[in-house]
Amino acid sequence: MLELNKDNFEAEVLKAEGYVLVDFWGPTCEPCKALMPHVEGYSEKYGDKIKFASLDVTQARRLAISQKVLGLPVIAMYKDGERIDGVVADGATASTVEEMIKKYY
Amino acid sequence: MIYDVVIIGAGPAGLAAGLYASRARLNTLIIEKEGEGGQIASTDEVANYPGSIQDASGPSLVARMVEQVDEFGAKRVIDEIKSVELDGKIKVLKGANEEYQAKTVIIATGAVPRPIGCPGEKDLTGRGVSYCATCDAAFFEDLEVYVVGGGDTAVEEGMYLTKFARKVTVVHRRDQLRAAKSIQEKAFKNEKMAFMWDSVVTELKGDGLLESIVVKNVKTGEEKEIFADEEDGTFGVFVFIGLDPATGLFTGLVDMENGYIKTDENMRTNIPGVFAAGDNRVKSLRQVVTATADGAIAADQAEKYISETFEA
Repeated sequence: MLELNKDNFEAEVLKAEGYVLVDFWGPTCEPCKALMPHVEGYSEKYGDKIKFASLDVTQARRLAISQKVLGLPVIAMYKDGERIDGVVADGATASTVEEMIKKYY
Repeated sequence: MIYDVVIIGAGPAGLAAGLYASRARLNTLIIEKEGEGGQIASTDEVANYPGSIQDASGPSLVARMVEQVDEFGAKRVIDEIKSVELDGKIKVLKGANEEYQAKTVIIATGAVPRPIGCPGEKDLTGRGVSYCATCDAAFFEDLEVYVVGGGDTAVEEGMYLTKFARKVTVVHRRDQLRAAKSIQEKAFKNEKMAFMWDSVVTELKGDGLLESIVVKNVKTGEEKEIFADEEDGTFGVFVFIGLDPATGLFTGLVDMENGYIKTDENMRTNIPGVFAAGDNRVKSLRQVVTATADGAIAADQAEKYISETFEA
């Protein structure tokens, strides 16, 4: 998975064509860390059509808030730079993430 | 393969059950939906579990429990159980990935934070409304935060949030806190903490991010809308008003009271070979220490049940 930061987010997500999945996470967020291996697994399964990326929000708080992310975990789907879908907090589980991916795969 | 014990849930209750069962040489499987730990994995400080003095964070406690379980040979898998057949001598659990068979089942599914249930709450979750302080506190660095609730969790998490937020206001529906006195004392001394008594949240509003909350005074019936500071643009609402048991899967199968599973003092449910342990059962105190005790008792009872039922 591509590691995002303040410097590459715009180019890799907002100006990217096609589908980009962004895993917003943080090192003190245990549910995020539990979810991460599943998302990595999906990146191998679905990575040929969707770009998989992750953003540590503690290094990019303002950027996360600009993306309307003010709580974790958030697994968001972008298409052509627009956030079109996402699963959030307790609603973000291994199975709901995969269901969302399948909608766009 | 038929397991001796299948444990659903890997919080403190499930991990303790796994430890006791595998130590008793039972062929033990622990099934967890997401990651180990349950609610305690999202808790910053666990100061009331005997022995957890230094480095007493939820994740570190869970990591040690998992290590201990692994050492005794319990198997752990990640799967989500979708349906169960508990009546037969062999219990069948159907997961999203696999089907499992067991002589005994220990239900240690725990509980999940209860939502307020007001308009706007669902849409603004992850956009200013949160149920997990350790997950989301860092977003509110130098912003204002409201904590809904008045029990131990609400007040403790509120104090944790003061490390980040400019000000933390506890919104509580009574005129005094329910939290333990020692916690209250600390909270009242904390200069960043404020209290709004006799109040409930009736609506959460915002376009994309949380922008205002509507609070109602339960004594006067008066409602007021509190807006985020204009410069901040947003603020946080953390909800800690109790828990709902995660027992939906067992509705109509296992005897319950208000959604909590009824057991006897030996963790036995109404179904032979099916036990419950931890926050999901009817009990007076829901803590790590009582969850682990439940788990130990359930595993011990499972062992007795197996020897009576299968080895007689």
